[in-house]
Amino acid sequence: MSDVTMRIWRGDPAGGDFEEYALEAQEGEVVLDVVHRIQATQAPDLACRWNCKAGKCGSCSAEINGTPRLMCMTRMDQLPEGPVTVAPMRTFPVVRDLVTDVSFNYEVAKRIPAFEPPARPAEGYRMQQIDVERGQEFRKCIECFMCQNVCHVIRDHEENKPHYAGPRFFIRLAELETHPLDTNDRRELVRQRMGLGLCNITKCCTEVCPEHIKITDNGIIPMKERVVDASYDPVGWLGRKIMRRPKRSPEEAAAGSSS
Amino acid sequence: MTTVDDATVTPVVLGGTRGGPDVPTLRRDRWWLQPLVSASVLIAFVVYATWAAFANKDYYVGAAAHRDLISPFYSPCLTASCVPGSHPGFYLTWWEISPAILILIVPLGFRLTCYYYRRAYYRSIWLSPPNCSVADAHGSYSGETRFPLILQNVHRWFFYLGLALNVILTIDAVVSYGEPGVGVGVSVGSLVLTANAALLWLYSLSCHSCRHLCGGQVRRFSDHPIRYRLWKLVTPLNANHMKFAWASLVFVALTDLYVRLVASGAFHDPRLF
Repeated sequence: MSDVTMRIWRGDPAGGDFEEYALEAQEGEVVLDVVHRIQATQAPDLACRWNCKAGKCGSCSAEINGTPRLMCMTRMDQLPEGPVTVAPMRTFPVVRDLVTDVSFNYEVAKRIPAFEPPARPAEGYRMQQIDVERGQEFRKCIECFMCQNVCHVIRDHEENKPHYAGPRFFIRLAELETHPLDTNDRRELVRQRMGLGLCNITKCCTEVCPEHIKITDNGIIPMKERVVDASYDPVGWLGRKIMRRPKRSPEEAAAGSSS
Repeated sequence: MTTVDDATVTPVVLGGTRGGPDVPTLRRDRWWLQPLVSASVLIAFVVYATWAAFANKDYYVGAAAHRDLISPFYSPCLTASCVPGSHPGFYLTWWEISPAILILIVPLGFRLTCYYYRRAYYRSIWLSPPNCSVADAHGSYSGETRFPLILQNVHRWFFYLGLALNVILTIDAVVSYGEPGVGVGVSVGSLVLTANAALLWLYSLSCHSCRHLCGGQVRRFSDHPIRYRLWKLVTPLNANHMKFAWASLVFVALTDLYVRLVASGAFHDPRLF
């Protein structure tokens, strides 16, 4: 087998640089396998986060040849010839080597109002299958945070972090907004506090999602359309005027049918 | 009940040293190719459409050629300067310049605010970002939260107007099968107008706003079975919105070019049967 050259970012908050590691290629390996072999044979202090090696835990996100990917799902034989570059996710502060501090995401998650069902009816909660299926796509998210990493709104503009939820949480909000039993109206929240308007739908989040969730088409754009419903639709506005039906407050929206 | 006022902003730790080298991108593939192609096609279309809109001639093939073909850039022809036979029976006397300028506001607005085209031109022309994991070309960024980009939210308005225009272009396509002085027949021109109308319908019906209005906006599909069926119907179209966007853009220009060439006498519109 031919040799492979890995260029892996080594460093910590004080700084760092790429270091090259040459080793023999082995059939069927993924990038994470090679990183583990480097740990075992050449650099025992190389830090990388991993867990399941099956593309389901979302731990081993990195930038392979400049593109966010899961190291455990990236086969070496599918990468182009030449050195393979492995760098930590760019959007989050580096802890060491390939490990980043993704706590930004957990802080955002805390700001999202939780699922809030109506008072339990005597016969219990009932949901139709077609309503249940709608949010299933969003529940596939493994929280690898590659969509957050690739999103240029915070990747290239750190100053947006305090008021931007990011693609992962837009689909969380979309999931809650389309939940048949949820009573919260999050449209103003997502417009004013979660920075939905900052997203310019360049779809990079969808491109990098390892679960192939249509983040933009099924999550972000439907949320943008719901904001338009509430704030910018001329027909809706005219309808409310003609029918003398003022825009519902969040409380009214929650109390009545939210459709 | 949680409202916007209850959601306190949790302080987020900013800064921290980012990993990786401070370079615009580590990508080694031809990431620039996609934005280059998109920008080239968009700019070519804008240049052609601008020229065609201001040309104000050769947009209608009438009875003299035994045809009834009108360019989609000029339909409905609503101004006093429209050539005989091309206007629908009434016209605006106060509009002095090319009638195409009046018409093109609608498709221009619809495409400019379209969710797909936004992706295309934000990437390829505004370079924000040029491609995924490639650095944004701008130092500051406010997205679509401020004027003028907050106006992207009027997409739905143009969707409504665009549907009306599609109806008119469909009527144009049907009328084109009636060949004045000959009867009814199928010519290349009538097929071109039909294909153009079909592509514009596909583009409009695959629009994200359309999908939302059909049923996306309801919280419980089970309470709205008809809207759910409509939503299911347009969802596969929506998945191909990008293809319809490009196909309809290129074809509408080719349709104008075809009518223009026939109208200018470059060649006669061949009758098939």
